[in-house]
Amino acid sequence: MTCCILTTCVGEENWVDSRTIYIGHKEPPPGTEAFIQQRFPDNRIVSSKYTFWNFIPKNMFEQFRRVANFYFLIIFLVQLIIDTPTSPVTSGLPLFFVITVTAIKQGYEDWLRHKADNAVNQCPVHVVHHGKVVRKQSRKLRVGDVVLVKEDEAFPCDLILLSSSRDDGTCFVTTASLDGESSHKTYYAVQETKAYNAEKEVDTIHATIECEQPQPDLYKFVGRINIYMTNEPVARPLGSENLLLRGATLKNTEYIYAVAIYTGMETKMALNYQSKSQKRSAVEKSMNAYLVVYLCILISKALINTALKYVWQSDPNKDEPFYNQKTEAERQRHLIRAFTDFLAFMVLFNYIIPVSMYVTVEMQKFLGSYFIMWDDEMFDEELGERAVVNTSDLNEELGQVEYVFTDKTGTLTENNMEFIECCVDGHVYVPHAICNGQVMPGAAGMDMIDSSPGPAAREHEELFFRALCLCHTVQVKEEDTVDGIKHGIHQGKSTSFYISSSPDEVALVEGMKRLGFTYLRLKDGRMEILNREDEVEKFDLLEVLTFDSVRRRMSVIVRASTGEVYLFCKGADSSIFPRVISGKVDQVRARVEQNAVEGLRTLCVAYRSLNPEQYEEVFQQLNRAKLALQDRDKQLAEAYDLIEKDLILLGATAVEDRLQEKAADTIESLHKAGIKVWVLTGDKMETAAATCYASKLFHRNTQILELTTKRTEEQSLHDVLFELSRTVLRQHGGMTRDTFSELSGDCTDYGLIIDGATLSAVMRPGQEGSNSGNYKEKFLEICRNCSAVLCCRMAPLQKAQIVKLIKASEEHPITLAIGDGANDVSMILEAHVGIGIMGKEGRQAVRNSDYAIPKFKHLKKMLLVHGHYYYIRISELVQYFFYKNVCFIFPQFLYQFFCGFSQQPLYDTAYLTLYNISFTSLPILLYSLMEQHINMDILKKDPCLYRDIAKNSLLRWPTFIYWTILGVYDAIVMFFGAYFLFDNTTFTSNGQMFGNWTFGTLVFTVLVFTVTFKLALDTHYWTWINHFIIWGSLIFFVVFSLLWGGIIWPFLNYQRMYYVFMQMLSSGPAWLSIILLITASLLPDVVKKVIWRTLWPTTTERIQTDDHTSCKYFASCQSRTCR
Amino acid sequence: MMASSYSAKDEDGHITVSGPGGGTLRNKKPENTAFKQQRLPAWQPILTAGTVLPAFFIIGLIFIPIGIGLYVTSNNIKEFEIDYTGDDTSSPCYNCAQNFSWNNTKSCTCIIPFQLDQPYESNVFMYYGLSNFYQNHRRYVKSRDDSQLNGNIDSLKKPSKECEPYASVDNKPIAPCGAIANSMFNDTLKLFYNDPNGTSVPILLTSTGIAWWTDKHVKFRNPGGNNANLTAVFQGTVKPVNWHRPVYELDTDPENNGFINEDFIVWMRTAALPTFRKLYRIIQKNNNMAPTLPRGNYTLVVDYNYPVRSFEGRKRMILSTISWMGGKNPFLGIAYITVGSVCFFLGVVLLVIHHKYGNRNNSANISN
Repeated sequence: MTCCILTTCVGEENWVDSRTIYIGHKEPPPGTEAFIQQRFPDNRIVSSKYTFWNFIPKNMFEQFRRVANFYFLIIFLVQLIIDTPTSPVTSGLPLFFVITVTAIKQGYEDWLRHKADNAVNQCPVHVVHHGKVVRKQSRKLRVGDVVLVKEDEAFPCDLILLSSSRDDGTCFVTTASLDGESSHKTYYAVQETKAYNAEKEVDTIHATIECEQPQPDLYKFVGRINIYMTNEPVARPLGSENLLLRGATLKNTEYIYAVAIYTGMETKMALNYQSKSQKRSAVEKSMNAYLVVYLCILISKALINTALKYVWQSDPNKDEPFYNQKTEAERQRHLIRAFTDFLAFMVLFNYIIPVSMYVTVEMQKFLGSYFIMWDDEMFDEELGERAVVNTSDLNEELGQVEYVFTDKTGTLTENNMEFIECCVDGHVYVPHAICNGQVMPGAAGMDMIDSSPGPAAREHEELFFRALCLCHTVQVKEEDTVDGIKHGIHQGKSTSFYISSSPDEVALVEGMKRLGFTYLRLKDGRMEILNREDEVEKFDLLEVLTFDSVRRRMSVIVRASTGEVYLFCKGADSSIFPRVISGKVDQVRARVEQNAVEGLRTLCVAYRSLNPEQYEEVFQQLNRAKLALQDRDKQLAEAYDLIEKDLILLGATAVEDRLQEKAADTIESLHKAGIKVWVLTGDKMETAAATCYASKLFHRNTQILELTTKRTEEQSLHDVLFELSRTVLRQHGGMTRDTFSELSGDCTDYGLIIDGATLSAVMRPGQEGSNSGNYKEKFLEICRNCSAVLCCRMAPLQKAQIVKLIKASEEHPITLAIGDGANDVSMILEAHVGIGIMGKEGRQAVRNSDYAIPKFKHLKKMLLVHGHYYYIRISELVQYFFYKNVCFIFPQFLYQFFCGFSQQPLYDTAYLTLYNISFTSLPILLYSLMEQHINMDILKKDPCLYRDIAKNSLLRWPTFIYWTILGVYDAIVMFFGAYFLFDNTTFTSNGQMFGNWTFGTLVFTVLVFTVTFKLALDTHYWTWINHFIIWGSLIFFVVFSLLWGGIIWPFLNYQRMYYVFMQMLSSGPAWLSIILLITASLLPDVVKKVIWRTLWPTTTERIQTDDHTSCKYFASCQSRTCR
Repeated sequence: MMASSYSAKDEDGHITVSGPGGGTLRNKKPENTAFKQQRLPAWQPILTAGTVLPAFFIIGLIFIPIGIGLYVTSNNIKEFEIDYTGDDTSSPCYNCAQNFSWNNTKSCTCIIPFQLDQPYESNVFMYYGLSNFYQNHRRYVKSRDDSQLNGNIDSLKKPSKECEPYASVDNKPIAPCGAIANSMFNDTLKLFYNDPNGTSVPILLTSTGIAWWTDKHVKFRNPGGNNANLTAVFQGTVKPVNWHRPVYELDTDPENNGFINEDFIVWMRTAALPTFRKLYRIIQKNNNMAPTLPRGNYTLVVDYNYPVRSFEGRKRMILSTISWMGGKNPFLGIAYITVGSVCFFLGVVLLVIHHKYGNRNNSANISN
């Protein structure tokens, strides 16, 4: 046919980015093309990062690329090279520990990956080799091999379907493991090859495939197959409907033959492995800021001490008194001496930046995320799914969300469509109500609202029903299980399931069934319909112009048994009406608008009959576009645009999408929590607005501001924007913009509605010169003053744009995007936190999200409870870590003033090493996993509490400075307490004296107890585990100290701690001073807390008090408003 | 209504895409344990004025008496201190201090008379004190070899590098090596009581029991066991350069000689601060009722060997009685009294705040 001619015209295209595959490795007939065997990788999947040999160097390199690890490595090396006060062990051991633990974890994960890879790579595949089926290991598969795949087997690589056991050359595939869509998709073999469905025959296929180089998009593929039949090449287009992806599984088809085109790491699945870019939480950013501050403190401490050391040393009698001579070497290295002194001080104080903080934070995040997964309340019985954590880096960010961007369909709503009514030429049809889950049978299942139409209208009506029965991509799945038979008996006919990627279509076809037209099946390119008179009508399915979100419509071209060719088109009203030339447009439009206001999803249906010439033209246009190797999508879109015109309007349908359970409650809670909720939807404005009212995003008294194409048509965008901002600012401008006025209920709420077209006008850069930037700001200003914003008619990319716009606004708010479909992926990736809903539209959103939850309602617990807890926990963790290390290191700094700036450490090496690793690490880790400052139920009941932690409030600079000052105060109390106790006297009852190590041990003992008690005072939730860990780690410290000083350790070259701890404890004043110093250290913090709580309580604290005094919190809660 | 129609729809089942079976459903359901649901039973204390108030008063009430007790105890301790550095021309040791030279083998003696105004009862402890002496200097602190001091023969012959530059002389190992040992305090202090009848009675100074028991018996050991012939054991080593006698001649008592000499052990425990005192001798209490040191005139006879003028140091001799809480140190008592009073005061402040504002908050809350 025409295809043969096309070989040349498409062949002229640029071939740079394509590959040629010789099916069965057979050379093409001479003269056609040069036989160039390209080199392709084998079919080995490598998801592992390391091999046995490069594990250590590569892993070390990866680990030391992290700034913190590198810093500690440098400290360690400095300790090795120069003479420093502490032995390299003190920093080497923790670093070694951290590195080893990480390496073991990564190594184990990689080993698992190796195992999985091996299992995959070695699983047998069937390859046709010289007309025989041979078993091969999967990894040995090569591009061009013809593969036999049997039912329920997974495809070993990306394949082009050649033929199948079915006569029509189709096969069914489920891509559940790729994108989660469990529906069966149909794939097609090329006409010319579908007959070769035995191993002998397949081997005789002589063809080459030209296709693009592999790219990660799962749903795009362009290629062409050249078949040399009797040396006359035939070219056929190949599209994604011919491409079987690795990871998908063959279903309902006995076997297929297919040729490998992308293998190993070039398969689309492997290309999709690539990890997403890392998101960093606000807490991590504050943590890094604190680190910089501490680094400055560290450096200045070291500089001060170095300078003072040289001042002090200027007197030779102090520098080198007779009792303490330098060695020759020490005397000579005068020049670099100052620098090494500086480094030595750095090493001495380096513990102020704790190596263990990173480990603890990471462990906290990793372990903490299990609580989300374990949460029973976030488990959905219906779906059988629980919350999924894809990254644990963002746990605390869940407590900081200021903007929630939510998708409508499938997120706010069930995406569980129900056919409500249809309207043909203004006559409304409503299927009979469902009764006990059964549709009432018979033609009586139809109510007509209007009077009965005339015979002409009846013809139109039937055409409408047929259109809906034909214009879809629904598949029928015959159910022959016992379950199905039961159903079948009930309904009196064989049971079948409708399966489609779009629930709307299923709802429509279902609805049609109730109205008397049943879609039976698609067989041999013919669609069969059972009409009202129980006759089977057959239509040849000629073309499917598939749905896409840009066109927002789809069409089919069918040939009726009478020979007439029809194009049926259904789509959004906005995309259909402009293309309609006749039909009762006004009545239908009125009905559509009315339905939209009620929150129903509407679709318009139109048709066009094609005469044979027109059809031929259409066929040509489509084929040309389909055969294009490059820009095929664009050409197809252009072709579709040309074909879908001059339509005759038939009518409209209305489908209801129920709100998700508790969606309204969730949105209300989020509002109360001070979170702004934006709905971004592709739906039309009226439908979306209705959903917003239903979900309480807009209230009855919300004043709606519209920024839509309708308005901007009347006025210029400029005027509208300025008018709106005036309206908004009149309300807010007069008042001081503190939280009180903003949140008080009596001032008007504003809700903004904006549509995609206007949004792109607002966002359009530079067109209006200097004004354009202004538009953005004005728009943001309006948005900031609106409690809710609805963006409708959004393209997927626009969703991401909006998120980006808000993210980049001057307050840099934390954004969260939640959605369920592939169209939400861009915004999920863009937002600070991306949440996927395990909906019906596949798994893409879930795969790309940071967290996934089964239902929208779970967002409430996720943010208000888990987010809140994680934020509280990690902020305490970060502040506490810095605090305890200030307490730890500042006494060492002070000690330098009393030891001639000689870098003498105050504490013993073991204490220096173990302080952060074991004496004080577990309590804070446990705190950061278990702390609940307020009960979970209260957090959920009282969303206002979320405001208490907004804007990173627990990690602001004042808090940080308070903790640091507290640390310095404690350090001063501890150091000088011990100093005055030791000052030139004894405190034993036998007159014996203590030395410098007892001094350090005394300070250290007070230190460990103080910081642990400080944490104990901050703990509001004492489970038995807390008791065990807190008291346990103190006991461990005492036991360790007793042991450490109890033996002459044979492997150590010093015994300075021998009996120091015991001797100290044998002295009464030591006990008394330990008690005194701990009390004095903790006193100010307790006093501050109590006074603040009494005088300026936060909401959190008030509720804690109420809850504690048990004055019936729940009663008083009723009256509490968010102020 | 909503719910019923919802479930009806569910039963209809036509729309449901093949979902996971019952088995997986049960597998995915999280375990409902108290730990996993973060609902472990817990004690939930919070620090409010109400709960903290009693604690503050109790702390105040406990600390103040303890403080007073400590303060009184400290004040009852008698302490006498005399500086014999010899900086001053009027000082009896001025000559000795001026004429000091490392080459002097014969020690210079100075005699310092002093008077005790009060009788000293029970055991009296005699300390020497040094000022501006940085025993806690890092280079100094680490300049020792603990395994040598523990009697390790190998370390005796080959001292640790830490001892540099006091590790060896002319390739002969120093025993004991290191700066600490080398700079051991070597003044000899003797005490005489000038009887009112004119005779000078030497006071018996006990030189044992001044070091930690564990140091003397475990940490410090002579090489080759404590009963060996020390002269033979230390063969092949040299004495520290500043010492007048080798280590095996520190005392005549074999139980107090060599590395286990208590004066040596005391010196080897480096002090925490640059001004320090070390226990020198103990004056055991008499068996009769008379005070250990009756009030009266005494003479301190010093063999002046230890130079401190070069680094502007000072030397002192201290006599002190000891209570259960050690020597004279009013700090602990004062600190206890201070902290106790602060607690008490804060308790009162909190009480006021609690009564004035605490109730207001609660009532405001409820009326809200």
